[in-house]
Amino acid sequence: MSQRKHLPSIHVPHHKNTAACETVTMPIPDEVSISMSQNIGAPCQPLVEKGDYVKVGQRIGDVQAFVSAPIFSSVSGTVKSIDKVRGSMGGFETHIVIEPDKKQEVSEEVQIPVINSFEDFVKAARDSGMVGLGGASFPTHVKLNPKNLDECEYLVVNAAECEPFITTDNREMVENGQDVLDGMKMIMKWLNLKKGFIGVETNKPDAIANLKRLIEQNEIKDIEIVPLPSSYPKGAERVLVYEVTGKTMNAGVLPAQLGVILDNVSTIGVMAEYFKTGMPVVRRRVTVDGDAVTEPKNVYVPIGTRIADVVEFCGGYKKEPRKIIMGGPMMGRATKSDESPTMKNTSAILCFSQEMAGVKEETACLNCQRCHTACPFGLMPSIFADAYEAKDVDKLNRFNVMQCMECGSCSYTCPARRPLALTNKLAKMMVKEASK
Amino acid sequence: MDNKFHTNLIVSSSPHIVTESDTTRLMGSVLLALAPAWIASIYIFGFRALLLSVVCVAASVLFEYLFNVITHKKQTVGDLSAALTGLLIAFNVPSSFPLWQAIIGCLFAIVVVKGLFGGIGKNFSNPAITARIFLFISFSANMSTWPLTRLAESTDAVTGPTPLALYAEGSQDQIPDLLHLFLGFHGGSTGEVCALALLIGGIYLIARKVISPIIPCAFIGTVFVFGLIATGSPYWALFHVLSGGVMLGAFFMATDYVTSPKLPLGQLLFGIGCGIITMSIRLFGSYPEGVSFSILLMNICTPLLNNLSYKFYLKEGGAKNGK
Repeated sequence: MSQRKHLPSIHVPHHKNTAACETVTMPIPDEVSISMSQNIGAPCQPLVEKGDYVKVGQRIGDVQAFVSAPIFSSVSGTVKSIDKVRGSMGGFETHIVIEPDKKQEVSEEVQIPVINSFEDFVKAARDSGMVGLGGASFPTHVKLNPKNLDECEYLVVNAAECEPFITTDNREMVENGQDVLDGMKMIMKWLNLKKGFIGVETNKPDAIANLKRLIEQNEIKDIEIVPLPSSYPKGAERVLVYEVTGKTMNAGVLPAQLGVILDNVSTIGVMAEYFKTGMPVVRRRVTVDGDAVTEPKNVYVPIGTRIADVVEFCGGYKKEPRKIIMGGPMMGRATKSDESPTMKNTSAILCFSQEMAGVKEETACLNCQRCHTACPFGLMPSIFADAYEAKDVDKLNRFNVMQCMECGSCSYTCPARRPLALTNKLAKMMVKEASK
Repeated sequence: MDNKFHTNLIVSSSPHIVTESDTTRLMGSVLLALAPAWIASIYIFGFRALLLSVVCVAASVLFEYLFNVITHKKQTVGDLSAALTGLLIAFNVPSSFPLWQAIIGCLFAIVVVKGLFGGIGKNFSNPAITARIFLFISFSANMSTWPLTRLAESTDAVTGPTPLALYAEGSQDQIPDLLHLFLGFHGGSTGEVCALALLIGGIYLIARKVISPIIPCAFIGTVFVFGLIATGSPYWALFHVLSGGVMLGAFFMATDYVTSPKLPLGQLLFGIGCGIITMSIRLFGSYPEGVSFSILLMNICTPLLNNLSYKFYLKEGGAKNGK
C-alpha cells in the first residue's frame, strides 16, 4: 500500500515557530462578524434578525443546498446588524455582526447527537457545521457521503501541514490526539472503511509520538501513521493521495472516486469533539505568526473575531503590518484590512512587515525550468505564461494547464520572480472562458 | 473608516514568499564556479591572463550599462550576467590576445548577440561563444597564437601550438601527457586549459543544482565515445576530452539556460549533438578545434529540440501524475 515513490517537491523554510505553543483561549471580543460564506458551495441565509438575542452554538445561518454547511453563533449576545461586506474573494458576502454580552450562554440547540445509522452520521456531520479546516472549506458531510460509498476502502487523514508557519494541525494531534483517533474510528465504522492512514510530515515528531502512543494504548490495528518527507506541497490533496496510496489523482477527480475518503486532521478531531459534546464549530485554533506580531501563538478564536482583535491578544503589532495573510504563505489569501473576521478555514493569521511583504520585481525568464522541476505534476509554467500572453488556449490545453492546483511552487522557485502561479490561475480562467 | 484598523494592506496573489535564489545569485554561483579556472589561468599564463579577464568583464558590464541607458531599458548590470559573459570571453581567447580586439568581442557579445535580440533571456545563442567565433573569423592570426605556459622548457619561443593543433598535424609525439593536459600546462585559450579546475567548478554547479548534469555528461561522454571509436584508444579518447574547450564548453557554455533545451530529452540530444559536431570538426574538418562551432550550431537547433521533446512529453500525458 504505502510506496517509496515521491512526487517532485520543493524545500520551503518551515518557520514552525509555534509548534510547541500550547493553544490558548482568547477572551470574547467586543464584536464578532460572522460571514455567511464560509464554505465551498452555497452561501448560507441568515436565520436571525437585527436585535435578536443569540446564544453560543445557536444556528444563525443555513441553506437547503446539499453542498453547504450551517453556521453557528460563536458568542451569546445581540445581533447588531446584518451587513453586505466585500469579502476576500472580491464578491459581496453577508455578515452577521453580533455584540457579545460575554456571558457565553450555551444554546438549548446544543445536544449530543444520537447516531444509529449511516444517515444519522452524515446528518450529524452536517449539523456540526464542519468544513475542511485545512483551508479548502469543503463541507465535510459531503465528503463523507460519496456516491460510490461501496467502493471506498480507505480513510486518508491529511496531517501533512506542509505550509510554513502553520502549526494548528500539529497542535490538534498533540493536544487532541484521542479525538483524532476517535473521529477516524467513527468515520471508518459508519462508512465501513478497511483502513485509516494518517499522512504526517516528519517535522512533527511530537505529533507522531503522541499518535503512536495513543494507537498502542488503544490497541488500534487498522490505523497506520504514514511519515511523509517534510517538503512542500505534501499536504495538497492530490499529492497526499498519491504519496499514501500510490493512486494517481487528476484535477477534477474526487478522492472518493479512487476509493479514498480524505479529510484534514483537525477537521476529524474537532468533529469528534462535536460527537462527544454536541457543540458545533464555533471556534477554531489559529496560528498567529509573522514578523509583525509581538507574541506568535496558537489561539482558540471564536469564529467571526476580527484579525485586529486576535493580534491584540497576541501582544499587538511589533512592526507596522503591510501584508496580512489568512492561511499559509504559499496558498493563503492576503486580506486588505485587519478588520476581516476569522472564518472556519482561517488556519493562520500571518502578519508581515514591509520587509517580508514587499512584492519582488519581476525580471526576464532565464529558461532555467526550475518551475517545471518544482511542479509536483511536472507541468511547464513557463510555457503556460507564454501561451497565456499569446492567448493560445489550444496550447494551454495541450500542456494540461487545468492540472495545475495553484500550489505556488513555481512562483516560489522562480529566480526571475515571475508570478507564475498567478498566470496559471489566469490561464485556467481563460481556458474555462473559452470552453463555455 | 475607524482608524483602529489597518485598511490599506498589500494584496497580492499567493505565494507570499519566494526563494532567496534569484538571477543574481545564480550568475554569482557560476562566477564562483569559474574562480578555480580563473586562478589556474593566472598561475599558468601570468599577469596577462588577469589583465585580460578584468578588461573583458569591465568592458562587458560597461557595454550592457550603456546599451540599457541608450535604449531606455531597465538596468540589468546588477544581475551579473554581463560580468559572466565578459569572463567567459576572456576564457575563450588566448591570454596574449590584444585588449582592443577583446573589447570588440565584448561589444559584439553584449550589444549584437544579447541586447539587440531583447536582452537577458532572449538571445538565441550564447553571447560568449558567438563572440569567440566572431573574433576567430575577424582576427584569426591573433586567435591562433598561443602563449607558452610557465612550464614551457623552450627559452627562445614565446608562443607554441595547442595539443589539438599538434594532433591535427600528426605530431602526436609532441603532445603533452594526459596529466599535463588535466592540470592545464599546455597551449590554449586562457580559461580552457585547466581541466581540473573546470571540473571542480562544474561539479560545484551540479551539486548546487545550478545546472543539470545532462548536457555536460552527454557532451563529454559523446566526445569520449566518438574518440574511442575513431582512434581505437582510450588514451586518445581521453586526450580529446581534456584538450581544447570541451570542459569549459560542456560545463559552462552549453549549459546556458537561455540557449539550451528545456526538457531532459532535448538536453540529452543537445549534449550528444555538441559532442558529435566537436569531434567531426576535430577529426574531419580543417580546424583543429570545434567546440565553439558545435555549441553555436546546437544553440540554433534548440527550438527544434524543444518541439521534439514536447512531443514525447505530451505523449506521456505531460504531467508526471497526469495520465
